[in-house]
Amino acid sequence: MALLEIEGLDVRFRTSTGLFPAVEDASLSVDEGDVLSIVGESGSGKSVSMLATMGLLPWTAEISATRMAFDGQDLRRLSPRQRRKIIGGEMSMIFQEPMSSLNPCFTVGTQIDEMLKQHRGGSRKQRRERTLELLTQVGIPDPEKRIGAYPHQLSGGMSQRVMIAMAISCNPRLLIADEPTTALDVTIQAQILELLLELQRDNDMALILITHDMGVVAETAQRVIVQYAGRQVEHQDVKALFAHSRHPYTEALLSALPERAGDQQRLPTIPGVVPGQHNRPEGCLFNPRCRYATEHCRQVAPKAEADDPARTLCHYPL
Amino acid sequence: MTAEAVIHAVNLTRHYRIKSGPFAAPAVVKALNEASFDLYPGQTLAVVGESGCGKSTLARVLTMIEPPTSGELTINGHRVELKEGEPPPADLRRDVQIIFQNPYGSLNPRKTVATMLEEPLKLNRRDMSAAQRRQAAMEMIDRVGLRPEHVDRYPHMFSGGQRQRIAIARALMLHPKVLVLDEPVSALDLSIQAQILNLLADLQEEFGLAYVFISHDLSVVKRIADDVIVMYFGQPVETGHAAEVFSHPRHPYTQALFSATPVADPNRRKERMRLQGEPPSPLSPPPGCPFAPRCFKATSECSLEDPPLEPVSAHVNVACIHVEKARLTLRP
Repeated sequence: MALLEIEGLDVRFRTSTGLFPAVEDASLSVDEGDVLSIVGESGSGKSVSMLATMGLLPWTAEISATRMAFDGQDLRRLSPRQRRKIIGGEMSMIFQEPMSSLNPCFTVGTQIDEMLKQHRGGSRKQRRERTLELLTQVGIPDPEKRIGAYPHQLSGGMSQRVMIAMAISCNPRLLIADEPTTALDVTIQAQILELLLELQRDNDMALILITHDMGVVAETAQRVIVQYAGRQVEHQDVKALFAHSRHPYTEALLSALPERAGDQQRLPTIPGVVPGQHNRPEGCLFNPRCRYATEHCRQVAPKAEADDPARTLCHYPL
Repeated sequence: MTAEAVIHAVNLTRHYRIKSGPFAAPAVVKALNEASFDLYPGQTLAVVGESGCGKSTLARVLTMIEPPTSGELTINGHRVELKEGEPPPADLRRDVQIIFQNPYGSLNPRKTVATMLEEPLKLNRRDMSAAQRRQAAMEMIDRVGLRPEHVDRYPHMFSGGQRQRIAIARALMLHPKVLVLDEPVSALDLSIQAQILNLLADLQEEFGLAYVFISHDLSVVKRIADDVIVMYFGQPVETGHAAEVFSHPRHPYTQALFSATPVADPNRRKERMRLQGEPPSPLSPPPGCPFAPRCFKATSECSLEDPPLEPVSAHVNVACIHVEKARLTLRP
């Protein structure tokens, strides 16, 4: 049994102009020690599917799934009280903007301590020791001094380390990182990614990394799910994905990378934009931008073949 | 290069005075230190570095939003003499235009595309009639890949990529010679980024524009730059021909920066050169070379003095005492 199993997840938002399907028919399974990456452009629903798993979406969201289980517990049937036990403890998440995810009114020590108090208990002294240990573990110099610092006194990289310390404070078995390095500089990004992988290896933790950066995917992930306009279009091992992508969207996305374009005069582009709420095309969602699209694609939405391990959402996989 | 440089910059420096307390003397932040370069028509100069390294300060000095504290700036053969608080001469301002990173913030939400495009003409080209202005706007709209029916729409009706096209059209209305691009594609999705980069390449060829391309994305820079300036902590640490800097980085910071950039190829996962720590605080700069506290080559000599930029080959200058200098052969 996998640690986290999701099947047939749909998330729809109630908006003033009707239901907007943000995620449709998403499935994934993660085991301990896995590094899974979900990659896609903005609006592809990659964050929403994970927020739904964590139960962090606002009341306007309608969530349904055929299966959604963490360590055998059905996440769909949990009471809020039971859910709070798991979230932050066994399963935790770090967010894109470290600066705005920390509470500006409390010291970082207090904020880490809160997690420990909620999930672990122990005396004040024990908790303080654990907090210092965590700050050291995530590579914050001079933790004795930093434990009393407020978020505004820290740089972006340091704030993200504090977020990571908070997320791993209770030794989670699954860590979801939502664009953890997008707001950071490349040299700091390299440090943070290294830290996440180190923690994942040492604690045999499962890591789900949400990103839009193909470079980050190539350097960290074992398996990859590519998402487009709320649909998962392809599941692959990282090497296979970069060598032989199966979905035309993935192929187009990879060839639009400046570093893969080689000496060509012009960069290959994907015409048009990601469809929004009111211009969702008939048939395959990618058909207006796809260079291989046929009349069939314009009318019939594709389904993944049952015998296709990559679960390619395309009538004519490459 | 036979053509005359459109921008000739010598030791451009910009310092800010920051109040550090009610009675304390104001501290000086050296946001930009002694940047020198020449920019020629049709060429792209890329400025690379991490946040806080002075890239955007350089953009503000080049676009004459702020005067340099010291150093010489010559635009199109005219020496720029700016005084604090005084607007720069209109004819020079016309020649240098800027495009900002975030197209959601740089367009006025209350103006239609047509109004925005015609405004620079209204102010600078008094000789043009309303019909001529509209004509010019329509031509530019077409040139940047938008449709004629777009001119009467407001910015919120466009996607990020389309807004960046509008920002580019607006910058080009007065036919500038230099375009300063401050992270023009980093707010855009990957598939849109390629479209904008292609558009910029086409426009450069068509109008003979010179670009100052400010970016932290090395894969983009590698593709489009002719020359490159790598900055750290307000100082250029390596400058020169982009091809040589990319194929053979010499400054330890350049090497670390390149090594930290993820490569989209899972077969090339490599041991990264790990940089310890973070850039120093501009209020308390380290003695000597500002990179020394994080540098893997640093020795005790590094904290003695700030190394000057010196030639290491025919086309590249590096500011590091551990890089072998070029033996300059003097021709008779």
